[in-house]
Parts: sequence; C-alpha cells; structure tokens
Amino acid sequence: MNDIAFLLNGTPVTVSGESPTRTLLDWLRDTRGLTGTKEGCNEGDCGACTVMVTDTGGTRALNACILFLPQLHGKAVRTVEGLTGPKGEVHPVQTAMVEKHGSQCGFCTPGFVMSMAAAQKNGATDHDDYLAGNLCRCTGYAPIIRAAEAVANAPVPDWMTENLGALSGDAAPFAPATSDELAEWYESHPDAVLVAGATDVGLWVTKQLRDLPEVAFLHACTDLQEIENVEGGWRVGAGVTIAALRRAMEDPHPAFAELLRRFASEQVRGAATIGGNIANGSPIGDAPPALIAMGARLHLRKGDTRREIALEDFFIDYGKQDRAKGEFVEAVTIPDTAPALACYKLSKRFDQDISAVCGCFNIDLKGSKIESARIAFGGMAGIPKRASAVEAALQGRDWTLATIEAALPAFAKDFTPMTDMRASADYRLETAQNMLLRYFHERSGNPVSVLEVEA
Amino acid sequence: MSVAKPVTHDSGHLHVTGTARYIDDVPLPANTAHLAFGLSTVAHGEITSMDLSAVRAAPGVIAVWTADDLPFANDVSPSIHDEPLLATGTVHYVGQPIFLVIADSHLAARKAARKGRIIYKERPALLTVDDAMAAGSRFEGGPVIWTKGDAAKAIASAPRVVEGRFEMGGQEHFYLEGQAALALPAEGGVIVQSSTQHPTEIQHKVAEAIGVPMNAVRVEIRRMGGGFGGKESQGNALAVSCALVARLLGRPAKMRYDRDDDMVITGKRHDFRIEYRAGVDDTGRILGIEFLQLARCGWAMDLSLPVADRAMLHSDNAYNLEHVRIESHRLKTNTQSATAYRGFGGPQGMLGIERAMDHIAHQLGLEPLAVRKANFYADMKDASGGSTSAKKKQTTPYHMEVEDFILNGLVTKLEASSAFATRKAAIAKWNAENAILKKGISLTPVKFGISFTLTHLNQAGALVHVYSDGSIHLNHGGTEMGQGLFRKVSQVAAASFGVDVGAIAITATDTAKVPNTSATAASSGSDLNGMAVKAACDTIRDRMADYLAREHQTVPAKVHFKEGKVFVGGDEMTFAEAASRCYMGRVSLSSTGFYATPKITWDRVAGRGRPFYYFSYGAAVSEVVIDTLTGENRILRADILHDAGASLNPALDIGQVEGAYVQGAGWLTTEELVWDDKGRLRTHAPSTYKIPACSDRPRIFNVALWHGANREDTIYRSKAVGEPPFMHGISVFSALSDACAACGPNYPDLQAPATSEAVLAAVKRARGTGK
Repeated sequence: MNDIAFLLNGTPVTVSGESPTRTLLDWLRDTRGLTGTKEGCNEGDCGACTVMVTDTGGTRALNACILFLPQLHGKAVRTVEGLTGPKGEVHPVQTAMVEKHGSQCGFCTPGFVMSMAAAQKNGATDHDDYLAGNLCRCTGYAPIIRAAEAVANAPVPDWMTENLGALSGDAAPFAPATSDELAEWYESHPDAVLVAGATDVGLWVTKQLRDLPEVAFLHACTDLQEIENVEGGWRVGAGVTIAALRRAMEDPHPAFAELLRRFASEQVRGAATIGGNIANGSPIGDAPPALIAMGARLHLRKGDTRREIALEDFFIDYGKQDRAKGEFVEAVTIPDTAPALACYKLSKRFDQDISAVCGCFNIDLKGSKIESARIAFGGMAGIPKRASAVEAALQGRDWTLATIEAALPAFAKDFTPMTDMRASADYRLETAQNMLLRYFHERSGNPVSVLEVEA
Repeated sequence: MSVAKPVTHDSGHLHVTGTARYIDDVPLPANTAHLAFGLSTVAHGEITSMDLSAVRAAPGVIAVWTADDLPFANDVSPSIHDEPLLATGTVHYVGQPIFLVIADSHLAARKAARKGRIIYKERPALLTVDDAMAAGSRFEGGPVIWTKGDAAKAIASAPRVVEGRFEMGGQEHFYLEGQAALALPAEGGVIVQSSTQHPTEIQHKVAEAIGVPMNAVRVEIRRMGGGFGGKESQGNALAVSCALVARLLGRPAKMRYDRDDDMVITGKRHDFRIEYRAGVDDTGRILGIEFLQLARCGWAMDLSLPVADRAMLHSDNAYNLEHVRIESHRLKTNTQSATAYRGFGGPQGMLGIERAMDHIAHQLGLEPLAVRKANFYADMKDASGGSTSAKKKQTTPYHMEVEDFILNGLVTKLEASSAFATRKAAIAKWNAENAILKKGISLTPVKFGISFTLTHLNQAGALVHVYSDGSIHLNHGGTEMGQGLFRKVSQVAAASFGVDVGAIAITATDTAKVPNTSATAASSGSDLNGMAVKAACDTIRDRMADYLAREHQTVPAKVHFKEGKVFVGGDEMTFAEAASRCYMGRVSLSSTGFYATPKITWDRVAGRGRPFYYFSYGAAVSEVVIDTLTGENRILRADILHDAGASLNPALDIGQVEGAYVQGAGWLTTEELVWDDKGRLRTHAPSTYKIPACSDRPRIFNVALWHGANREDTIYRSKAVGEPPFMHGISVFSALSDACAACGPNYPDLQAPATSEAVLAAVKRARGTGK
C-alpha cells in the first residue's frame, strides 16, 4: 500500500500505517501535537477545526474533523501553526483579529483565522458567506467582520505559497485514478463504502463510531469532476464539489446558485460533491429538489453498463435508492434553461442549516396559462419528491391567485410530512403551500424575501 | 493610567496563532487514561440489571466502574448532595452517567461506553412543567412567594386588567470548548486541571470524592473556551472522575465530552412558563401586578434555587411596581438538571415584565415605549452628578431602595441616537405598503442587579509578587473564559504600580495560590477580583513608597509611581530599579489582597433586603423583518446604549455587549431545545441546535457605552458587564412581536423562542386565523 504524502505547513510529510478513516484533526492533534486546530463539534458544523488545503484546483478552507488522511495525498495542508511566517511573522488576518478585538475565549479563533486567510488568499470578500461555517459564541461576530474587512486588500504573505512540486508522484492510496478503474473495482467490491468529500461518511466514523469495511476514495477520479456543456444542458460529474457547481450555476441558474450559497458552509461545500448529495438519498439534501424541478437526468454506472433515469425516479423510499450493488452515480445532467425556477429553503437558521422544508418551483407560462409545472420538495417526505397532485391542479389553468389558492389543498395529497426537531408536520405542510403563494407573489414583482430587506 | 484604555485581550496573540492552551491541548504523560461515561437511555427507571462484560472486553479498556466502585462520596452536586457521579439504582434523565469507562484512548473509551447492556424497570417520567405541577414535584416544600403592597386589591380596583401566559425555552451554552478535565497523581493527593469557572468547587468535590482534605487537591485553570455559566457546576463530574482514576489507579486521567455527550449530559438555561395579571390605568401605568413563574429545573437541584430567585428579583426590571406579588415554583422533572447560564434567571424574569409591557400597550392601543416610560423608576444622581428627579424613596418588589436609576436619561439619549420615533413612523408606512413582509421595532431597557444573592460569595482574594527585576506576577481567584477579566485585572495592577500592562504576567487561576474562591459568575469577576488585586498591589506599592521615602529622607506622599518610573522627591528611577532597591532593603514585595462587597444583606425566604450592591443599566433598540408566509425573520439593525460605569476597558466592554446581544437574540429566536415524548433531547449537536451564525448579527450594529460612573465605590467606579447586556436580546423578541402585531388586530401572543414556526403562529393569531 502506498504511503500518504502531503505538505504540512510547507514541509513534506509521509504517513504510513494509519487507518484510512483516521481524521486529519485527530492526527494533527494526537500524533503531531499541533493543537492549534480545535475540536468543537467533530461533525463539521462549527469550524473550529478549519484548515487550508491547497491542490492544483486552488486553496480551500476545510473541516479537519471530517477529512480522512488519504484525501490529502498530494495536497498541501496548512494549519494555524503554519499561518505564521518562518521567522514568526504574523499573517495580516492574525494582526487584524487582535487589533479589532476579534477573539474573546479564543477557542473558535484558529478556525476563523484559517477561513479568513483562505478567503483572503482567494480574494473573496463575501465575509458572511465564507464565515458561515465558523461559529463564535462570544463576540457576536461584529469585530470578526471588522477584521475581515480590514485585511481584504492586504497582500498575501509569500510564505502562503504551496510548493506542490515538492511531493512525489505516487498514486493516491485507497483511491482509483479514473472512473473506469473505479467501475471495475467497485463491481468486484460492491460492499465497499465510496467516499467523495466525506462530509456525510465522516460522521459515520466520528459520531456513529462505525468501523467501515472497505473504503475507496473518489477524489483522484478527476474525470468525474468535470462540468461539460452538452446538448440541452450541462453534464455535471458526480465528483464536482458543491462549491464548483455553485460557481457554474451562477449564470444559467441563479436561483439554484443562491440555494447552493445556503448549502451547508464554505468548508462543507468545498468538500461535498453533487454525486454524494444525490447518492446518499437524504430527504433533506438541498440539491435534489432543485434538480428535480429543473428536470435533471441521472447517469448511473456499473462496470461497463451505463443507464440514465429521471432524477426523481432514483429516490424510491427513505434510505432506498434505485441503485444496484456495485453501481455508482456517475453524473447528473442539468437542463440549460429554467428561467422560472425559484428555490425556497426554510430552516431554523438562514446559513449553515439543514432544511425543514425546501421547495423548488419551475412553472412555465404560455400567455396567461400554465403550460407546465414542475414542483419538488425536500423535507416533506422520506425522499426528495415531486408535488404531482399540485402540478396537476395547476397544469393548463390561468396564472391567477385563484388558481394558486385552488391548488393548495392538493399539497395534502402529495405529502404527509413528519414532526421532528426542525419543524412540526402542520408547519411543514402550511409553509409548503405558502411557498407556492410566495412563488406567485414573487413572479408578480412583490418583495417576498426577508434576506433582501434593509433597515 | 492603564485603566479606562481599550487595550486588546491579553491572549489575543495566543488565540490567533493557535498557541493559547486549553485543557485538551495540554501534552499528556504516556500512560494517561481516557474516560467516558455510559449513559442512561431512559428518563426515569430502576436499573434491574447491568451487563458491562462487553464494555470490559472492548479494545483498550483498562477498567469499568459503577457507583459501587467509588470509595468515598459519590456526589458532584454543587448544592444539596442530590447528584451522584454515577447513578445508584435509579436513573432520573436520559443522559445520566451510570458507569465510567477507563481506557487507553479517547476513542476506545467512547466506543466501549456504548456497549453496556442495561435493563430498566421504567417509571413514569415527569417531562414538562405541567407534569411536575400535576405531580407536585418541586424543590423546596412549596412555591416561594414575595409580596410588596397588595397586588390583588390594586388589580381589582384598576380600570383595566391585562393578563397572559407564555412559554420561554431554555438555552444550551454551546461554549465552543466542551467540558474537559485532566488529573495527575500527586503525593498525598491530586493536581487537577479543569475547564471550570469555579476551581474551589472542583477542589471541594474532588477532595470529598477521593477522601482527602482540600489541601491535598490543587486545581488550576488558565482559560476556558467559553463558559457562560455552563462551567460553574457542570465540570464537577469530569474532574472528579479524573481525580478518582489518578488516585485509585495512580495514573494520569483525562476526560472530555464529545459535543453530543456534552449537550445530552449537562444542564442548560431553565425554561420557564410565566403568567402575569396586571391592573393598569388608562396611561398604561401598572397599579398592581401578579406573576406566576414556573421554572423547569430538571432532576437535581444544582443552582436552581438562586436562579429562580434571580428571576423573581428581575420581575420588576426597570419599573416601579407599588403592588406586586411573585409566586415561583421550582419544578423537578426527569430532564437534564438546568443550571447557571448568563443572567442566571434574570433574563427569564425580565422577559416576563417586558412581555407584559408589550401586552398592556397592545391592549390599550398605546405606544409600548410610552407605557414603559410611564412605569420607569425615577432617575437618581450618579457619582458623576446627574440630575435628581426622584421625589420619594422608591423600592423594588423585594423592598430594596433603588438609588442609582439612570434609565430615563439613558433611554432619551438612545431614542435620539437611534432615531427611534422617525424609524417607528417609517416602519408603519413600510408595513402599509408591504403585504407579505412586515417590520417591527422595539426599545427595551435593562436594569440588572449586581452581586451574588448568596451574600457570602461576594468576596475575592489575590496574590501579587513583584520580583527584584521589576516584573510583576499577578494571581487572583477569578477565571478567564474569554471575557477579558485577566486583561482588566492586569490594567488595575499596572495602574497601581504606574507601569505598562506588559509588565504584568497574568497566570493561571490556582487554588494553591488563592484559596476559597467564588465562582467567576454573577458578572462579579472584575468587581471582586479587581478590588482584591488593587488591595494587594497597593500594599506592596505603599511598602515600596515607605522604604524609598526613608531612603531619600522624604515622606511617602512624595513618592509617585507613573509611566514605568518611580519619582521620589526630586529623584527618579525606573520601576525595576525601585524594586531592586526595595529588595536590597529587605522589603517584602509580595502580598495578598482581599475584598468583600459592602452594604449587602439579604433574606431570600422573606424576599427582603439589599441583595445587590448596585444595578447595571442599558437599553436596546432592535428592528426586525418577518415573512408572514413562513415566519422567517431577521434582525435588521440594533442600537444599544449600555452602562458599564466608568469602563475599565471600553473595547472589552463593547465586545461583551455585542456578544451578549447576539447570544440573547439567539436564545429568543433560533435556539430551540427539543425533547421528544420519551425525554430524549433531539437537539444535541450544532447540526440541530442553531446558535446565531455570522449573518444573523444585525447589519447595522451600533453599540455605545453610557458615560457615567458607578455611584458606589467599585473598582475605578466601573460596573459589571458580563450578564446585563445579554438581556438586550429581549428587544429582538419584542420587535418580532411588534412585527406580528402589524398583521392583524389581535394580540399575537408570541412564544419564545421565536422560531419561524412560532412567528408564523403569532401572525395567524394576530389575524385571528390561528390558535
């Protein structure tokens, strides 16, 4: 078996003999004694463990608590200890955080400075978005944002450059290099766990304390990470990260891109893949409802056999997908236009939360008539699901408030939602109906989003 | 002088470079054992059998202990010894520790702890305040009732009566650093490092558990990664477990809770139901008012009595109530034992009357701020000399004279700086033009009592050394949890010696240096420890002045310490030279210092006395927007004017205010604790329990400090600042209620936390279309 080789704070390191599900966080703290990176939640929700990871695609902030060591092969990892220069020079974000009083208890601070340094390196200034995955309980965030604003235009210190060429070219351990290799291997190891970003599987290990059987990491399958312009749309490889998909969707599908802005956090979007988000069959994964509403098609592969289905047909029942043993999600095709698409995510907190209800509407009009309606929801059933009865109640009718109101009772035919810690069944059903009203009002030009209101 | 300056946090550089050390970062001896608890899976029941063979057989397990294995006190309660470290026969909540796994790694301990096979004979569980009231399950014999005047009679004869009832949820502390402890065996005892706000309590509980006197236990804490009250008593179980292993197995032991375990095991803010009935006149002036407070305390007493007391003590908030009756039930339920949380019951009591104010205004068709002002206490002169408008003695419902009230002037200033009236009118216009989105605005005041209500806790000690090179070593009984206490106290020390704060070495809180400390709680940290440190420093400085004056044949009054120098008559020398001379002159350069808060006296049973040395004040204006289709809501703008007295450090104080406001807003909006009908907490990780994120802070966030001085003789006339600004979050709840009220004619009866779901329900009530 090959060793795992990567740059740690600029210096090549080689890791041998570790379990493939050893997390970077545990290894940094327990094996390397680099205790600047903190464990706050061990599930990728608080950002105290944020580190910078650089590869040929650029620099990302990622959660070390749900990163497995093999995922780092051939990359550069920078922790808070490596943010300071070789002669002890402090990084501009560190200086700004001290001067702006951005730390109180200090426990979340290493994670914040890493997110800020990654953003600063990438020239990002959407401070609230790239910091949504870093929780602070002390400051109320105001001084942290002041610090982020203060360094937005500061030069990136030269010691932040990663020399990836210093690494040897060995193949990544536990990781097929192409989708062909993956297909062949997975067909003969159908009980193995496929790990793409590990933002879900990571929790099987850190929270459920599961010992995984065989594991294959997909990050080396670069041919799964492409977005191709094909006839009628975009073919998005399963290994495309949510972050990359969001960038690609900003122009053709701004409503979808905005939904993806609120998909988990910067650290999770940088690791999680669209294939994983679909394949795990979560009833509350945010991409599938939007993709279903757009009419996306799913591409599955087992060995050399490929098939294509409508995305909604992939989801059969809670925890049950139309996927044979040894078969994997290869790509999803997204239609090139859906100008009427609107996506409404309802969660307890706007950023970095899981949907209570996610409603996606794509209603085409011809004149004053509803020509077609594709409506899909997350959080309303055991699977992401189309609102077929509602669609039927709208199809061919006049685009009027009366039509909308007449269609509302059909929601109860489509959905029998559950009550849980995120929302009650009644609230889910009522807000699902109200989202259709919101869609009508929004298309009529009325302000409907609290996110767009100012004092 | 070093005080009153916006000096940065003493650990700022360590924080940003990852070199600030927390308990989990301490390098461990090679044979350190790691611990985890096996937890109850039922809310109430007898343990009929316990099969721990699979736990013992799990990889890496060194030992597994139950209550029977504990040699001395099996108790981690901070109050009445009702909280065993490990369950004894009966379990009282889901998450109660039953057995202790000792293993060779953290992961091995966690994995093994899940392998216990425990059979219970389940008993009915009391989960809600209704369950507990019906069963008469409460701490103390019956309700605690305090009265002033005759509320029932005043209400009966009042022109109008307003009454209501509402629920407010609890709150998880969500300190970013989870609970952690580490114990090393020592000769005759143990050395414990614990992430605790209360080192002496840890020392006390550890000593009892391992059967040694307190002098055999040393507890140290340099810093916590947040506390908020959650580390006042909840760290006992970890520290005691580690100490037991260190003592009985002779090896170092470390325990830290995984986040989910932390949230499932430890206590939270008390949730309350409050009922109110007020008799008012046509201007909204309260003639008489009654409160019923039902506090859900959980399974053990912990600190619930003083928490519930403080809720009663803040039932008046800023309002002069002539006739008042407060009845408080401290209900015992089969849930986590609710504990201290920033404000310590004050926020719950205060929300009760602020809610009543909004309800009165709505029912009478008055502007809520006008009703609030009609009920304010009268302003009194402060130490810097304000106007006196009080005509006669004004007292709280617990018969304490209010001598330092400043809110009339403060609120007037805030109204102007926030353009309150203009914005209120603009919002009304905006609401008339928008069918789906509605805005709301509210100004709420805070008057918060400062002192521990358990009077004897209002004391503090310090230990200061000046070394012969002029460097200064500072220690005191307070703990640093992020609030900047160590920085403030170092500013006090630097001021005494006239040196730069950089000359002061701040060291870990250590029970071997300063004994018998009170918890760093009740906002008291800088008040108490600042005074104790000043006493110690002044003692040394005066000794130095005496010696140097003798040496220069002058008088001590002619010795001055400033700007790192000492001026003696016409001569001057560096502070280092002065220290060296004093050392050569055989002057003691070490001293303890001690402080006990004056003036306070309190009878909690009768509800009479002066529990507080003084009050801290402030007011906040919040503007919000809601979506009437989903209940989604956001804070758009906040304006806060807060009274920190003569601030010791304006930057740190503003930081406390900003952070507290957002935390208070979180309590009343997104932070919802959900238990299922089996008593299982369903929100036990940040994936399901949502504290405010970056974008939840108001985009416009104006925080200023009131320029005043404490009329009482506190440390440089400053005021405590830890808890009081938390209650500025109430303005968010009140503004949300205002927005809901814009949707229809009825009172929206908003419940807390105002999640989207709660807001939508309130919108429907306002419209008369909901329950």
